[in-house]
Amino acid sequence: MSNLVILQKIQRISGAWHGLFRTVQRVAHEPLGALGLFLVVFVLISAIGADWWSTHEPNQINVRAAFASPSLEHFLGTDQLGRDIFSRVLVGGQIALKVSLISIGVALLIGLTLGLIAGFGPRWVDNILMLLFDSVRSFPTVMFALAVVTLFGPSLTTIMIIVIVTQIPIYGRMVRSQTLALKNSEFILTERAIGAGFFRIIFVHMLPNVIGPLLILASMDIPFVITIEAGLSFLGMGVRPPTPSWGTILNDGYSYIYNSPWPVIAGGIPVILTTLGFTFLGESLRDVFDPKLRKDA
Amino acid sequence: MLFYFIKRVCLGILTITVAVSVLYTMIHLVPGDPVKTILGPRASPEIQAQIREKMGLNDPLPVQIVRFLGNVAQGDLGQDVFKRKSVNTIVFEQLPHTIYLVLSGIGWAILIGIPLGCFAAVFQNSLIDRIVGILSVSCIAIPTFLVAIYSVLLFAVTLKWLPAIGAGDGSLLSYIRHLVLPAFAVGLGWVGYLARLVRASMLEVMGEAHVRTARAFGLKEQTVVFKYILRLAILPTITLIGMGIGILLSSAVFTEIVFARPGIGRLIYEAVTSRNYPVVMGSVLVTTVLFVVSTTFADLINAIVDPRLRTKD
Repeated sequence: MSNLVILQKIQRISGAWHGLFRTVQRVAHEPLGALGLFLVVFVLISAIGADWWSTHEPNQINVRAAFASPSLEHFLGTDQLGRDIFSRVLVGGQIALKVSLISIGVALLIGLTLGLIAGFGPRWVDNILMLLFDSVRSFPTVMFALAVVTLFGPSLTTIMIIVIVTQIPIYGRMVRSQTLALKNSEFILTERAIGAGFFRIIFVHMLPNVIGPLLILASMDIPFVITIEAGLSFLGMGVRPPTPSWGTILNDGYSYIYNSPWPVIAGGIPVILTTLGFTFLGESLRDVFDPKLRKDA
Repeated sequence: MLFYFIKRVCLGILTITVAVSVLYTMIHLVPGDPVKTILGPRASPEIQAQIREKMGLNDPLPVQIVRFLGNVAQGDLGQDVFKRKSVNTIVFEQLPHTIYLVLSGIGWAILIGIPLGCFAAVFQNSLIDRIVGILSVSCIAIPTFLVAIYSVLLFAVTLKWLPAIGAGDGSLLSYIRHLVLPAFAVGLGWVGYLARLVRASMLEVMGEAHVRTARAFGLKEQTVVFKYILRLAILPTITLIGMGIGILLSSAVFTEIVFARPGIGRLIYEAVTSRNYPVVMGSVLVTTVLFVVSTTFADLINAIVDPRLRTKD
């Protein structure tokens, strides 16, 4: 590799960093964007360092200390088995983020591929894919989720499968429409005329144009996935106890709501903060990048 | 127009057929014998064979699916073998409760959300606009089941104003009292959706020529806002509500479970937990049909209102 090529690479990477920095600056400039960014960073840090921040073993039972109110010993009180809710909430956050990142990532990859195929492939493939997408979307999400849980039994993997299957059509449709719009644009036609191959067109020209809006869409889906995880676990159809999850904490807390309000409060606030944070951040990212993406405008 | 109508209805029927076939196949691919689940492990082989024959489980899968679809087309959803009742009776006993819940939820959301959006648009960029904006995003972001739980905590457990559980003792007043909190939970997110949508579409309409003309004629501002702007701007909300029936049904599931209310959501939940497949199939089918029908309706209304959409794919 010649020095010039290396120099170019460095320039490109530093350019990307500069772009990221500018974006963060523009998002943080707005009050809501700044709040969203703060909440997201806060949630990320507390989830990543969950083992480090937690003050107790999350599954340690101490029945004599059950239903304790918040104190210096237990920051958020204890549940019906005397387990420390603060530690459970932290570990629960780790699980929620893991589920949403993995499943959205997988859905993104599959949706991207299927969308490109639908956009580029022959007409009949496109039609079949669209019919499949529409059929999947025609189940109300929770009904679909309940049906899938009946079949596969409740577990983390089931939740991820549900999220992946329901999100693929959304990403796929978007990539397809972008691809169709770009397919006959002048710069792609020019590339073809020069003799660029299929893969060069896809990876060098299509992907960079498709990936930006797709990532924003995906970041706005994180609250949805967290809600699904917490909701299904709350119904006892997701994460199995005793694994702490925001949903199972809420489920336990709701059964004993007349004994102590703290488990319900402590299990729900993180869900609200996380969904609000990602929503605010996603909204302002969208405004910065692409005002056209607004669903309601 | 007629062609578009036929095409849209056919597409709706096709989607339901595919969805039901997929669900049916999935249920039958699962390991485990439905007959053994029904009769228990100790039933004699003869009785098992008899029930299997009666349920038509010996036929190949495609035949079963076609038969199921044929029965559904004739309005027969099958038999619930646990309770020995037809699935129709069970589903249609529960359905009204869910419909009341969904309607009252969306109802109060319309009463609050549309005026809020209207205010925000008229006073664009004012403090009211900002507050409405933040409020509506927050309402959308907070999951329904949390709203339900927290409203129980606040209004039923702490303040003891309203009952938390059930659908009342049968009298109308107690039914309504039991409906207040669930309807609040179902509708809260919709206040946000509607306020945002009405604001955005009002701002769009405000820029149009006929509004300027109306103002130029010296009409009162009130008349302009209500008769010329809002009348047009309200149209997209019809679509949103039609499309949103799926979200509404989903939030009804959670709400019915939190408040231990009868309804189709709780029916599905209980059928799922007891692995009562006929009831799962029947109730998921009914909700899917509701969903597809309302989306199709919304599309058709849109096509009637906006002729440009008819030719678009």
